[in-house]
Amino acid sequence: MFRPDGLTTGPAQVWNAIRLVPLLREEPVPHLRLHRRVYEQPVSVVEVGDGTVYTAYVPHAFVATWSEDDRLPAASYGTRLLERDTRPAPPRMPVRTTRRMARKAGKDRLRFLPLHLAVEGYLALHFGGPEIVWEEWSRRAVARGLSPRCEETYLGSEVRGLEDALRIFEIHPGQCGVLVYVADALAGAFVTPHQDDYRALHPTLVEDLFGELIYMYGLLGAPAGDLSAGIDGGGIRSLADLRAAAARARDAWADFHDGTMAGGLRDPDGSRQVVQFLNGFELARFMPSFGLRRENHIGEAIVDEEGRLAYMKTFRLSDGQVRRGHLLKQLARHGWRLADTAASLGVGEAALALRLERSGFGHLLRQDVLDHYRAQARREGVT
Amino acid sequence: MSETFADLIACEDALMFVNAAITSTGQREFRHREGGQRLSLDFLHRYTLANYRELYAAALALRINDHNAALIVLNLLAHAGDVGVERRRHEGRLIARRLELLPQHRVYRVFRELRRLGVNNRRTRAIVRDWLAGRRDPAFDAVKYRGAVKSAVRHAHLPLDGELGPFLFAPHGVRSFRTPIFERWRRAHYEQAALYGLPFTVAEGFAAKHEIPREVFLERIEPQMTRLERLRHQEGARKAGVDAVAADLGAMPLTRLASYVLSLPLDDRAARRAELTAALRTAAGRAAGAAAGSWGRVTAVLDDSYSATGSGQKRRRPLAVALAASFLLESLAAEYTPLWTSGRADELLLYPYGPTPLGERILDALGTAPERLIIISDGWDNAPPGLAADVLRIWRTRLDPARRVMIAHLNPVYDADDFDVRRLAPSVPAAGIRDAEDLATLVELARFAEGRLGLDALRAHLDAQTARFLEVTA
Repeated sequence: MFRPDGLTTGPAQVWNAIRLVPLLREEPVPHLRLHRRVYEQPVSVVEVGDGTVYTAYVPHAFVATWSEDDRLPAASYGTRLLERDTRPAPPRMPVRTTRRMARKAGKDRLRFLPLHLAVEGYLALHFGGPEIVWEEWSRRAVARGLSPRCEETYLGSEVRGLEDALRIFEIHPGQCGVLVYVADALAGAFVTPHQDDYRALHPTLVEDLFGELIYMYGLLGAPAGDLSAGIDGGGIRSLADLRAAAARARDAWADFHDGTMAGGLRDPDGSRQVVQFLNGFELARFMPSFGLRRENHIGEAIVDEEGRLAYMKTFRLSDGQVRRGHLLKQLARHGWRLADTAASLGVGEAALALRLERSGFGHLLRQDVLDHYRAQARREGVT
Repeated sequence: MSETFADLIACEDALMFVNAAITSTGQREFRHREGGQRLSLDFLHRYTLANYRELYAAALALRINDHNAALIVLNLLAHAGDVGVERRRHEGRLIARRLELLPQHRVYRVFRELRRLGVNNRRTRAIVRDWLAGRRDPAFDAVKYRGAVKSAVRHAHLPLDGELGPFLFAPHGVRSFRTPIFERWRRAHYEQAALYGLPFTVAEGFAAKHEIPREVFLERIEPQMTRLERLRHQEGARKAGVDAVAADLGAMPLTRLASYVLSLPLDDRAARRAELTAALRTAAGRAAGAAAGSWGRVTAVLDDSYSATGSGQKRRRPLAVALAASFLLESLAAEYTPLWTSGRADELLLYPYGPTPLGERILDALGTAPERLIIISDGWDNAPPGLAADVLRIWRTRLDPARRVMIAHLNPVYDADDFDVRRLAPSVPAAGIRDAEDLATLVELARFAEGRLGLDALRAHLDAQTARFLEVTA
């Protein structure tokens, strides 16, 4: 069940394979706004004057010119919480050096791929690699962990139909978030504390990052079906009855969506790591359980003191990424011993080693060890 | 009455075509690009021409838009050989009458297109000749549409009298023209003062050549501007500091006026509230004519959701149609309640905003116990999707089976995927709308879409329209 405090699910809008489900807030989360610099014009934050502290946040990978000194725009690195109008700016990297990953969005505003850090380094962050040099692991794996490794992801504009779907989406009054479905597979969730922030960031969703699964589903382009159950005319004798039935249908949709469609977003076995804490807001990154054959989402979230979800951004891992994560998780659980892990998976050591290689982790094993396993597999006729 | 299945299909096809011909202009819409629009429209034209040529030609008598009228004329002339002499003669009369109603530049575009396609049968030449002969001021036309007139004359092998020939084909060999406008055109090449006697669009070119400052040019060319040119350049002129260019808003057609109002910034609209409202009321009153006040209790559900933005090519067109229709309905009705989807009430300060909760607004509208319910929307009901269809279906089947409330849906947007305007529910007739002024006749036409009146009735309706259309010339 996905139903964060203070957010209600609105009616979905469908364009071909894309379904966008708005998340609405009756009132914005107070004291947290998008950092002023992210806007091209200054945000009109009302001065309260009684010492109330406003906190600002900068979503991961937003690009702005942060100060007079560095003229070049820079991308923030990971979502950060900031005191309002903090100088200097958050941890950032100049965009020029990362041209490959940055995309132009407007004259002097670019968008770096969000969650880029989390995706490219999600394995490295989560699993440092073996701490003990078992004889099979190469020296490099121990010294540097799993890096460098990069995961393949797709820009939102490459997901077929997403650009159009976002362009024609009719933003609801009070809308503070959206869930993106491609062929009714949840691609990601995005939540902001204030509706103006959402309006400012809505068009940038097309610059977001999506996994291979979502890209493929977009390419296949199966139109999303009609999920509204409709109203049964039976027993309706007046306009008031009809109105009540419409209200019931609306609630039924919200329940169905939160329970069934977005249910995979909450992973009871996932882990959560608090990154930053400021003025009562808590920024955390979460990792899924890497369970096979289920949805796995990674992401970032900001929660306020009362437990209201102020900001959230998730990314759905594709099946390949989940399998790799699963493999590493098993290895980590067994202290990075190949023999134990193979036993727990119910396969031979050689098979596990080859599976590691197939998953792109071949460079972690010592060359001679890998060759040994290869030879063994050949002998046994396993390819 | 024996209605066969084929008749039903014919009836549906005809209405589909008429709806498309009213709404689609082959331009980009909010949801579809122009390529898709053109492809879809082109197919529909070919299909209708091949299967229902009679209906296809008769569509010229209806209030279809100029883009489609031009296409029909073109197609009929290009495929003239497919039908007998008698039919052709009838079509020729329809074409001639329609060409009289089309704006000149569109007609010249048709002639150019005919030339491009290599259509040059005897009837085509006769039509070009007759149309050109009917022009009030051939000299003026020749200056304003010089290239187009030249191409048409050349294509139809027309003999030219007077100075028209030299003007079109060898103007540089002439020392001076006796026709004043030709002479002004000749002098405008080197004399600034002469260009202020030329049509606005031609003078604009010469002004650029002589590098005349915009404000000076607008100030002095003002008497030469047409009504619509004035409306179009009014705001630009005001920015340039020229107040002389002022359109008489009271004389503007209703929908165009609504478009103009919506193009103004909100502050301007608030400041000129009285003037704009009065102009809209006057235009609506003129459009309603004798029918004013005769519609009883009317409630309208009007779409001002974000999709009413239209596109870069049709800026806020759906919203302008809804706004114009609202003023028209106000003058048609004895008692009128407008319900905008966003819930806003100040019509003058509208802008496209938010989702389209049509279902809820229709519920609200039915709650006002109207005699007529008019829905003006692009038909994309999304908050929640499908509620409008459910509400209308249950209303028709359970709450009002006797059809006491007349419901009609008018849709300003052509849906390229469906070859028709998007419908809300099968039980509610839908018709395309281009100009709010046609609202009354379209509500009439929408009855056929309900499927209760058959092909014979539709044919009769079309014949009556055609007769009325041709009568004016006779």
